[in-house]
Formats: sequence, C-alpha cells, structure tokens
Amino acid sequence: MKVYAIAVNTFKEVIRDKIFYSLVFFALLILGMSVIMSALTVGERAKIIEDLSLAGISIFGIIISIFVGIGLVSKELEKKTIYTIISKPIQRYEFLLGKYLGLALVLLAYISVMTLVFLVVLLLSTGVLGVGLLPAVLLIYVELLVVTAAALLFSTFSTPTLSATYTLALYIIGHLTSDLKGLAAKAGAESAKAVLEFLYYALPNLENFNIKGKVVHDVPVGAAYMFMAAGYGAFYVCALLLLAALIFQKRNFK
Amino acid sequence: MAYIHWVHGEDMIRTENLCKVFVSGFLMRKVPALTGLSMEVRKGEVFGFLGPNGAGKTTTLKILMGLIYPSSGKAWIMGRELGDVDVKRGVGFLPEHPYFYDYLTANEFLDFYGRLFGLGRADRRSRSAELLRQVGLERSGDVQLRKFSKGMLQRIGIAQALINDPELVVLDEPMSGLDPIGRKEVRDIIIGLKDKGKTVFFSTHILPDVEVICDRVAILVKGELRATGTVAELLGGMGAKAVEMTVEGLGEAETGVLSGLAANVMVRGRQTVLFFDDLDKAGQAKRLVCRGEGEIVSLIPHSPSLEDLFLKEVRKGEGA
Ligand SMILES: Nc1ncnc2c1ncn2[C@@H]1O[C@H](COP(=O)(O)OP(=O)(O)O)[C@@H](O)[C@H]1O
Ligand SMILES: [Mg+2]
Repeated sequence: MKVYAIAVNTFKEVIRDKIFYSLVFFALLILGMSVIMSALTVGERAKIIEDLSLAGISIFGIIISIFVGIGLVSKELEKKTIYTIISKPIQRYEFLLGKYLGLALVLLAYISVMTLVFLVVLLLSTGVLGVGLLPAVLLIYVELLVVTAAALLFSTFSTPTLSATYTLALYIIGHLTSDLKGLAAKAGAESAKAVLEFLYYALPNLENFNIKGKVVHDVPVGAAYMFMAAGYGAFYVCALLLLAALIFQKRNFK
Repeated sequence: MAYIHWVHGEDMIRTENLCKVFVSGFLMRKVPALTGLSMEVRKGEVFGFLGPNGAGKTTTLKILMGLIYPSSGKAWIMGRELGDVDVKRGVGFLPEHPYFYDYLTANEFLDFYGRLFGLGRADRRSRSAELLRQVGLERSGDVQLRKFSKGMLQRIGIAQALINDPELVVLDEPMSGLDPIGRKEVRDIIIGLKDKGKTVFFSTHILPDVEVICDRVAILVKGELRATGTVAELLGGMGAKAVEMTVEGLGEAETGVLSGLAANVMVRGRQTVLFFDDLDKAGQAKRLVCRGEGEIVSLIPHSPSLEDLFLKEVRKGEGA
C-alpha cells in the first residue's frame, strides 16, 4: 500500500513533467522518420522501419531511464520533500522501491504506447503485421529496468551529474562486455587482466537483451532464451536495488 | 484512529546525551551541531524549543524523525527507541521551509500522505476535507501546490502533519515566514491541538509567540541546552523585577544620589528616566524624591521577559 502510494505519486511526477513529453515526442519523431527513410533507401522497406523504430524506442527509453532515474531520489533530497515521507511510518527501502516501481510503470506505459504506434505505422505503410517483434520489445523493457536500477543506485550516493555519467558508462560498457573478455585475454599485466575480468563478471552484459537484429531478420529466438534473459535481468535489478537500499539506509538527509 | 502508542507515564520525547557532529566540505571539517542534549517532552504539553539560528534545533528534530542519525546518544519517542518506524503512526511532522510535490493538487497531496498511513479511501476523503477546512484552504482543494503562496504552503504543510490525527506533533519553525495573521492562525492550531490532548513540540526563534502558548520551553544555544522549564520557572530565575521611574524637577544633589542607586539613567529634557534592577533600590529612590522638590511622573514595573532570558543565554557564550 505504501510502496504503491509512492509508486503512483512518482508516476504522476514523471507524467506531469514537460521533459518526459519532449522525450516521447522525439521518440515518435524517430518512428515517423523511419517511414520516410525507408522510402528513400533501397532495401526491404519493412526491415528498415523495424530496425530504426526498435533502435529509437530503445535509445529514448534508455535516455528516460537514466535522466529520470537519477532524479528520482536526488530531486526528493534537493527539494526536501523526502523529509515528509521518511517521517511517516515507512521504511527507507519501501520509499526507494516505490520510486523505482513508479518509473518502471512510466517506462511500461512508454514502451506500450510506442510499440503500439510503431506496429500501426508499420502495418499502414507496409502491410506487415509485426507481432514477431514483440520479444525484442520485451527485452528492451528488461534492459530499461536494469539501467533504471543502476541509475537509482548511483543516485543514492552521488550527485545527479556523476550518477548520469556512471549510468551512461555502465550502459556503454554493458554493451561491450564481450570485448572486455577479449581485452582481458590480451592484457599483458596480471593486474589489468584481473580488473578487466572482474568487470566482465560484475557488470551486466546488456547485449543479452539485444535481440533486435534477430527478430528483424526472422532468426528464431526460443522461449528458453527469453526466460534466461528475463531471469538474468531480474537478478541484476534485485542486486542493484538491494545495494541501493543498503546505502540509502545509512544516509543522513541534509 | 486508535494508534496510541503512548505507554502511561512515558515521556512523549526523551533524549539522552544526544550528539551530532557534521563532517562538511572538502576538508572534512567537523561541525559540532549538538553537544549532549538531554531533555524530555511530557504528554499533553506544548513545548517550545527555542534557540537562535544555527543552535541545532533542526538537527535535533531531524534526528528524532529519523532523517539523520545521531553521532552518539539515545532518544525515545513514546517510549520506543529511535529507528522504530512503527511509532511514527502516532507522529506528525512539519519540516522547516517545507517544499512539497508542486505537481499535486491540495486534495491529491493530502490523499497521498493518507495512503502512507494506510488510511482507507473514505477516511482519506473526510480527513482531507476536515483538515483543509481547519487550515482555511477549503476552497483550494483542486489547486496545484505550485500555485500556492508561502503562507498557503505552510498551512497545507501543517495539514499534512495532522493527516493521521497524531498524538505527537513536531513542527520546525511553524511560524517563520508568516505574517502576524498567519502566525496567529498557527498559534490557534497549536492551542486547538493541546485542547484535544495532543502533545506539540515545536522549534522557533520568534519569541513573542512562545510565552502565550507554551507549557514548557527549552533554550538551546550552540548545540547546548541552556535552560529548560516552564516560562514562569525560567523567568523566576532571572532575579527581581526591574522598575523604570520617570521624575521631574530634581535638584543636582538628588540627581547625584539617585544616579548612584539606578542601574541606568537617561535625561530627556526636564525629565530624568531611571532604571532600577531591584525593588529595594527603587523604593529608596522613591522616598528620596518624595522628600525633596522633585515629583514622580511615572513608575513602571518591568517583568523580565523570555526575550531578556533568551538574550542573556545567547550572550553568555560570547563573553559579553
Ligand atoms: N548538513 C550539514 N552539514 C554541515 N553542517 C550542518 C549541516 N546541517 C546543519 N549544520 C550546522 O549545524 C548547526 C545547527 O544547525 P541547525 O540544526 O539547522 O540549527 P537551527 O535549526 O537551530 O537554526 C549549524 O551550525 C549548521 O551550520
Ligand atoms: Mg532550523
């Protein structure tokens, strides 16, 4: 009930913010552009629209995750609205969880609306019914949940700017972790090797959530893979939130 | 609501040797904000927590509300040691310079806080309406808080603190930033709470508000408790009453003697104003004037005010 109340309030907070709308607007713009691009390029029109749209939905989702995610807690601290919450019969981790779920809800709404628009655009412009793309959308959402949890974690102990930097770094490295392993194999110094290997195992491999190319080119993705990927994401979300809660519990609210 | 956690005989608030040291800035400078605060607030009283800016009042309240952790020492609310979240069911808190979710309307705002207490929909509705009426915002229920004036925000903040019908109400500078009418309204709300048997613990540096409504006060200066007790007790300790005497037509010799008795002398044209800090000397002076040519124009007794005590305590530390 309390967590739900915080989540709903967070949902309202984001939904009533102009920045959110401009991001959604740009994401829709990308969908529109994909249709124009597909008309100008040679190749299969449907595949171009699918490629661009899925990438657009993913990128703008990430931007929302990072930039709204880092503000979830820091805004409450900066405006001191957190004072009236923590003085109520609510545990700090409940507050944190509520903030997280609120943004997760916003992202769910975002991705649902975008996907719907995308599928309609695709159907109208090419006659293709793109339901086969839905697994990719699902994993994009899982990735957004992981990135949001990371943004929340960083914002429990650092400034918004630093949190954004860290989260962005995590996102980029998260898509390059297979390269990390390669680098580790090649690294000369033992210490460098150790650090790279540690990063490889500690950081989430976000490529696991990227099946966009596969679905667009009709490469089958099994249910087992979907479950594995979702479980992998859930594990990271839980770990990141747990760490965030531990740090948040110790904080003095200035 | 039946969330009364108070155990008979327990203090509503008790602190024992509470200390807080802030570590601030790049150089990790240590700022002691609270040095061994021990005090208690009893059930049903209005307790004024006084002190100049930077005395450590907000720090104390933040520790009590679980927003920051003490460096050392202990505290209990309604008999439960700090960290027990459940006890907050019976507590209401208004922070200093409150800032609220400005994208919410007043109704949504109160509804949200009602949910944090697990109140049902009907309860939240009736409670919100009642509180909006109580703080004089009944016509602003559907207005977003971003359109509220400072005084309105302070009032919705108080409403928020009372949403759970708390036994203990903690207010940080509830009168600051308000005009005299707003201050009077806050005073009336505090008195109303006391009449309902609630305990009110509030901090302030605005003294005239305090004498009238507080059962007991504490004076905090530089993180240290300087005095605590009822207003009468504290002022009793201030020593004898002072007297201000205005006389006319004094001879030179008389003026000399009188000046010796008075603590302070001011000449205003034909009149001389004498201040005496004890009644005996004032009596002696009065007899002297009556025997001679002079005439007493006025004789005004001054009871020491809380402000005098406050200033005395604040100055003590400065060696002034
Ligand atoms: N977060 C903080 N970091 C460093 N110093 C602080 C912090 N908060 C308060 N202080 C210091 O602690 C002292 C007490 O502050 P405060 O409790 O706000 O006083 P009051 O509420 O009585 O005006 C002040 O000297 C203030 O500068
Ligand atoms: Mg203060």
